[in-house]
Amino acid sequence: MKSLEELRQIKERALQRRKLSGEGSRARVVVAMGTCGIAAGARDTMSAILKELEQRDIADVVVTQTGCLGLCEYEPIVQVQVGEQDMVTYGNIGPDRVATLIEEHVVGGAPVEKWQLKG
Amino acid sequence: MTVFRDLSQHILDITENSITAGAALLYIDIDEDTDADALSIVIRDNGHGMDADMVRQVTDPWVTTRTTRSVGLGIPFLRQTAEMCGGEFEIASIVGQGTTTRATFQRSHIDRPPLGDMVSTLLCIVVGNPQLDVVYQHQVGAEMFFFDTREIREVLGDEVPLSDPGVLAFVRGELTEGLAAIDGEATLGG
Repeated sequence: MKSLEELRQIKERALQRRKLSGEGSRARVVVAMGTCGIAAGARDTMSAILKELEQRDIADVVVTQTGCLGLCEYEPIVQVQVGEQDMVTYGNIGPDRVATLIEEHVVGGAPVEKWQLKG
Repeated sequence: MTVFRDLSQHILDITENSITAGAALLYIDIDEDTDADALSIVIRDNGHGMDADMVRQVTDPWVTTRTTRSVGLGIPFLRQTAEMCGGEFEIASIVGQGTTTRATFQRSHIDRPPLGDMVSTLLCIVVGNPQLDVVYQHQVGAEMFFFDTREIREVLGDEVPLSDPGVLAFVRGELTEGLAAIDGEATLGG
């Protein structure tokens, strides 16, 4: 890899910022990436989430994947957990809904009721 | 007819099996061989593997280890796509050691799906699975792109995750530039 020196500088900046903002993560975002999810466009949703966090320069949100949740007809499915609050499961989250979801739930802390899957 | 638009979605799907199998290290090899009119994809993991019976069963659409849904279709989909495009499909697995999935295609076959967006597929795998290391090798003729998350993690240590916005931009840049340089057919993110 050609630019590991650049990566070292990125690491230093990230560490500085982590010192300022304190430890711990503000939220967890989970994207369902089973066969059903990928077929419904989960990769594009996840890409949009990563881009949104990158553009907003949000460092304290953990984005991970999970497999099929058994709710294939609602894919792409995204789950959001802010702090110690309950995990909220959203259905039919295409890339066009990502900016609103990040703005209102992850940043604002208020779940987006209309896209929530309730069981 | 396939459910996936392109091969990069198949690759993401197959790697989900590796993650479910508890893999810590994943090798993805892509070879675009214009001279031989072949495209091959090899995905190798060090997950817990399968016995011969299970390997036979997973290539059959009516078997899955999953409990949330009764039908596992990812592997049969890739097999069907490869065989439909003048290629071959093979899974080799050893219990306790891992699984290798290999799919080849006649590159010029009219039904062969495009390779698609490998930058997005790799970013999803790498960022979405913090416990997994990925070694990616992509050859186009004599040109080669090589990417290894272990090199990145060695620099970052334990304190800074790959999902840090600065690191994410760096990884996206490495993948985009590297894949552009070998001038294969992969598209480079939306």
